[in-house]
Formats: sequence, structure tokens, C-alpha cells
Amino acid sequence: MKKELGTFLLLVLLCALVPVVEKLLGQESRFLSVTNLQNMARLIGMYGIFSIGLGLVIITGGIDLSVGSVFALLGVVMSMMLTEWGWPSALAVLATIGLATGLGALHGLLITKVRVQPFIVTLCGLLFYRGLARFVSSDETKGFGAAAGFETLRNVATGSLFGIPTPFVLLVIISVIMWVVLHRSVYGRYLFAVGRNETAARYSGINSQKMVASAYIVLGVLVGIAGIVFAFYTNSISPSSHGNSFELYGIAAAVLGGCSLRGGEGSIIGILIGAALLQVLQNLVNLLGIPSSLNFAVLGAVILAGVIADQIFQRRPARVKPA
Amino acid sequence: MAPILQMRSIEKRFPGVHALKGVSLEVSKGEVVALLGENGAGKSTLMKVLGGVHQPDSGEVLIDGAPAVIRGVSDATKYGVAFIHQELNVLDNLDVAANVYLGREPVRGGPLRLVDRAKMEEETKTHLARLGLRIAPDTPLARLSIAQQQMVEIAKALSLNARILIMDEPTSSLTLTETERLLEVVKDLRAHGVAVIYISHRLGEVKEIADRAVVLRDGANAGQLAREEITHDQMVRMMVGRDIDSFYQQPVGEKRPRYFEVESLRTARYPNQQVKFDVGRGEILGLAGLVGAGRSEAAQAIFGVDAAVESRLMLDSRPLQIRSSQDAIRYGVYLVPEDRRTAGLIVDMPIRENVTLPALERYAPAGLISFEKEKQGAAEVCKRLNVKAPTVETRAANLSGGNQQKVVLAKWLALEPKVLIFDEPTRGIDVGAKAEIYELMRKLAEAGVAIIMISSDMEEVINVSDRVAVMHEGRVTGVLTREETTEENIMRLAVGGQS
Repeated sequence: MKKELGTFLLLVLLCALVPVVEKLLGQESRFLSVTNLQNMARLIGMYGIFSIGLGLVIITGGIDLSVGSVFALLGVVMSMMLTEWGWPSALAVLATIGLATGLGALHGLLITKVRVQPFIVTLCGLLFYRGLARFVSSDETKGFGAAAGFETLRNVATGSLFGIPTPFVLLVIISVIMWVVLHRSVYGRYLFAVGRNETAARYSGINSQKMVASAYIVLGVLVGIAGIVFAFYTNSISPSSHGNSFELYGIAAAVLGGCSLRGGEGSIIGILIGAALLQVLQNLVNLLGIPSSLNFAVLGAVILAGVIADQIFQRRPARVKPA
Repeated sequence: MAPILQMRSIEKRFPGVHALKGVSLEVSKGEVVALLGENGAGKSTLMKVLGGVHQPDSGEVLIDGAPAVIRGVSDATKYGVAFIHQELNVLDNLDVAANVYLGREPVRGGPLRLVDRAKMEEETKTHLARLGLRIAPDTPLARLSIAQQQMVEIAKALSLNARILIMDEPTSSLTLTETERLLEVVKDLRAHGVAVIYISHRLGEVKEIADRAVVLRDGANAGQLAREEITHDQMVRMMVGRDIDSFYQQPVGEKRPRYFEVESLRTARYPNQQVKFDVGRGEILGLAGLVGAGRSEAAQAIFGVDAAVESRLMLDSRPLQIRSSQDAIRYGVYLVPEDRRTAGLIVDMPIRENVTLPALERYAPAGLISFEKEKQGAAEVCKRLNVKAPTVETRAANLSGGNQQKVVLAKWLALEPKVLIFDEPTRGIDVGAKAEIYELMRKLAEAGVAIIMISSDMEEVINVSDRVAVMHEGRVTGVLTREETTEENIMRLAVGGQS
């Protein structure tokens, strides 16, 4: 809990500060307007869903760099399934999630059975899926047009439930499930154990390969869900740029939320706070008239500051071991 | 002889701990002084003061009769103090010469500061020769045995012209012959006038090598023993401050029916050799041999953490199919691994999570963990094993070696073991905790568990085992009954002779 506190305070501080700054600038507060909050919730939902999956992978001591390219591939393929091949919505959704899950399983297999490092496996994935997306779409931007025949699917994906955007609702449901899985179930404890010390976990009778592979599969499922929502959100999928560097947002959210890249540390709540913080920052750049070219610079600086602050607060007095 | 080193009334306090309460130590040229004491007695702290890692709060250090100020490792080196740590401090991605001269490589080429390989190798060769070591200076460290790596560290100390050599548990990962070799080296250093401070829990070695033994207890001098006074009982009494009436549980050595049988086991390390032995219910079988004899590999293959080339095992006349540690655990076959900190425990996790890890389902009705149940279960075993820790939420990393070992044991005790394999169960553990571990092993045996104890500590093998199986290069060269178990017999089999 202590580890998420710093990021949480930063989030609260930003949310409290933005309206004040807006007032000082003589603007009307757009930050707290319903439209802005809804839009932010939608983005937090989409980013949060796959950030949780990335968090899981990071807890096992792994990484996934291919998420953004997978988004492009999923978006292109789903658009083709719905608009060109005339697949029914349900089938297209299942196939898209299935494709993402399959890629996750492939990564898991390569990492655990062939023993290629996660960084390498998913770096190759990043290149490969991007290229594949551009190839299958003949490098043409894909979209959903008028969504003829799958209006319901689009309305659900881009719509709201009692004023709350669907992606955020999905995020809440997924978070609750994943919180129980990670922090209360045997599976979750095993995941932390494998991330902390794979050897000792194996010596305690845990099938560590299965645990690691499963984390990539869960990430695949979540990327599939987020990918569908995201494709409908943009409604225009340019295979060369769709989802670009999204994996970095996910990794940043997980790290801000207290996941250690060495593995074995992290929490669902932390990842959620991290994901929210990133979106609030983005929003702030837009609202406060900061040049959008500075967008990444602001993100980078805040993440670095957050991690450094965390290091300083976390640094316990050196343990004294007499003997 | 004038003492080369005098440490007088050294005081050192850490937050919450009074680690050294006016400790004094003197060592002369060409003298081997054994520094004894239980874990926590202050040996390491005292040596860290000498090595410049800690500054004393008060007291003085004199070298050659003159006050010495040691503010860091480089100061210590200047005074000729060299430290051989219990954990190896070598870089196994470099070769021997690079390790010996790490940080002070001879250079040539003026401002270019190129490493003078030729000179480095030449000088390394001289130091290695002095230790009777025939290794090429360009051999990668990774290819050497632990013992050889240790010798490289000693060579490094020699190259520093060490006059005072501190050796902290140098033999804890060495086998008998390697230990013998090391002790020869120490004797040779003594003959050359080096003052040696020798820390060891292996009292047999101390008896053999020490000219004098200085005993610490609770951060103070507990007394010292002259060469002729050094006996096992004297040392133990002084270390713990009382008699340990039955340090070793008396082995029984009676014939027992076969219970756990290794009919044929071939490991990846020795695919062409067959391991064969059996253990009776209630029996402690010692597994002796040199490092590299394949004992740990056999244990890991039995437990399923390493793939075996062939594994035919029988428990109570029924064949076992063990392909993974999950299988082994299902059958009640457990391993207490050699390396507690990396394989036995997840040191960053609390005791509770470590203890419950192999049997987590028991604490998780319907798949969800009940922290209450976990806490209770963990506290219960810890109490049974006398684990000394504030609470079960204490991180395993903060426990002493002995208590860590008990936590590893606690993992398995909750699961009613049928066969328990201990790999070097008391390595680096102090005398008091050692006695407790032996007692536990005997109790488990009496409760009907078949116990296999891999040990490189000859004294331990002889005094704890009901029978001893000896391995050499991947196969069992002989099994000794209680009556046949002698140091000579074990050694003969360990080097490949026949019984």
C-alpha cells in the first residue's frame, strides 16, 4: 500500500491543481466538465485494461513490447472481418480476442520453452505484427464506415452505461476480478513467488513455466478486449501508426504503480493509479495549452520524477546485520 | 614474538544492537588464531572493523605496535590486511588473472593504460604455484570448482602481500580433500610468517589448524584456549556458555527394511553412471563424497527440479513417476536444498508466505487464500521448530542462517514428509542451531520418515548417519554400516576406491 501512496498523492494533487491553474489563466474549468471527465474515463478504461495485463507480466519479471503493434493488427483484422468479410459481430469479437490470446500464448511458449528473453521475443513481435498489419491491409487505413450490420457492437464499444463510458465499466469489472486473482488467489501468490525467485518457487513445487506463460496469455486476453474498444474509439485504423508505443504507456503505468521491472512486486490498485495518472497528465497538457509537441517530454519527466520520488521514500535505513 | 595485530577494547553499537562490548584480540606473526562464536557473537563485526568496513565507536587497533586508522578497504590493504569472505567474491565471467588483479591491473603503453596481460599472467602464475595450484591464468573462473575459485581468492590475497589474512568460513563449501588442501595452504602461509585469523563453525578443522582459539559470546570475549586445550567440548562450552550434553543425537544403525529405493538414477551431469541406494523408514542415510561427485544433482533429479536421464524410484514397493517437483511433493518426497537463500526460500517474502507456499491450497478454501488460516498454520510450525523471529510476517531475509533453515524445514513438515532429502543442512549455521537441526532430523526419523543427508562435513556424516552411502563421479561406490563408518573408509570410497 505504501508504495502506491506517492503516485496516488501525485494524482490527487494534479486533479486538485488543474482547476486552480485554469482559474488563474482565466479559463473556465474544462477539466471538471462532464464531457472532459467522461472522455478521460474512457481513455483510462482503455489504457487501464491492458496496463493490468502488462503489470501481471512485469510481476513475473517479464516484459511485453509488442502490445502497440498487436493493437494495429487486431484493429485491421477486425475491421476486415466486419466490413469486408461480413462476419457476425460476436464471431469477430471472439476471433479478435482469440487472436490476441493466441499471440500471448505464443510469446509465453517462446519465453518458457524455447527460453528466449521476453524483451527479445516481444521486440520481434513489435516489428513483426506491425509489418503484418500493414501487409494484410495493403497499408491502407481501415475503418468501420457506417457500421452497417454491427451497429450494436459499435454502440456498446463507444457508448456509455448510465453516463459511464463502456471502457471504464469494463475496467472496473476486470480490475475487481484481477484484484481477487492477484491478491487473494493461490494463482496470484504463485505469480509473485515466481517473479521474486523462480528457483525457490520451483523448489516449492510451483510450475513456474506454466505461471509465466499464463501471464502472457492473460495479457493477450486483455489486449484483445482493449484492442476492440480502441479500434472503435479511433474508428480509423492506420496500420502504420495505430497503437504506436502503447506498450510504453502500459509499462509506465505499471512502474508508476509500484511494479518492479525485476519482478515480484506490484498491485492492481497501483497499476490503476498509474494508468489514471498518465491520462490526467495527457489531459492537462491539452487543457493548459502546453504545446502538444511537449506531450512526451512532460510524460517522461513526470514518470522519472515519480520513480525517483518513490526511490527516495522507499529507501529504508540500511539494515544492520550484526554478527 | 611481538604481536603484529592488537585490537583493544573495541566497542561498536548499531541502532538497537550492542554488537561489540570491548572485544580484544591479538595475533602474532606466523600464528593461526581461530575466532569462534555462535552467529551473532560479533565475529564478523570485529573482522569488519579490521577490514575497514565498520569504524569502531571506541577502542584501538594497533598494527606492528603502532595505532592504525582503517577507514576503508584500501586502508586495510595498505596495512596488509586481506579478507577472504565466506561468500566468494570472484567474477566468474573473467579469467583467473583478471580476478587476481581486479582493480589494480598492471598497465603499459603510458597514457593509453593498456592492460599488461603478459605481466599479469606471469605474476598470477607465481602466486598460483605457491598455492600448489596448476591452473592456467587465462582459465575462465566459471570453469573452476568452488574450491579452486576459493584458492584464486587466496592467490589474490597473496598478491597483495597480505600479512594478516582473515578467513571467514573458508571451507563451508569445500569437500574433505579440498579442505585438507586448504589447511595445508594455511599451514604454509603460517610458516611464511603470515598471521591468520580463521573463522569456522567446523570444530574439527579448528582443532587441526589453530595455534590458539579466541571465543566470543554476545559481543564480548568469552575466553581463549591454548593449542593443547582445544577440544570439541571446551570450544562448544565456551561458545554457548553451557554444556551441550548431547550435541549429536546417537545414531541407531540398526537394519531396517527398504522403504525408499533409488533403483537406477542417471543425471544429466553423469548420464552414463547409475546411482543406486536405498533408505529405510526411520533411517538417516548420510550421502558423502567430494564436491562434484553428483550428490546434489542426484537429489535434484529425485526431487524433479532437474530432468533425469533415467529415474526409477520405489517408495514402499510402489514405483514413483517423478517428472517435476509437483510430482515429488505429491508423493511426499521433499528436498531441503543446499542453497537456502536462492532455492530454499524466497527471502523477500515473509516467513508466513514461505511456509505455506508448497501447500497453499490447504489455506485457500475455494481457491481464495485465508490469511488467518495461513498465519495460524505458519505460527504453529514455527513454534514447533523454535524459529526465532518477532512474528511470522518477518521477512525471511532478516533471519539468521539457522532460523532460515528451520523455515525451509517448516515448509515440508506441514506436508507430512515420507522421504526428506537434506542437502548440506547445517552449512554456515551456528553450533546451537546445528544441534537443534540434528535433533529435528532424528525426531523426524523416529516418526518414520526416511532421511537422506548430503553432507561434506565429515564429523557430521559420521555422527549423524545410521548408514553412509559414498558417491564418486556420479555413482555410489559403497555403502557403510554404522560399524564400518570411519573417516578412512569414507575417504577411500570418495576417491573411487572399493569397499
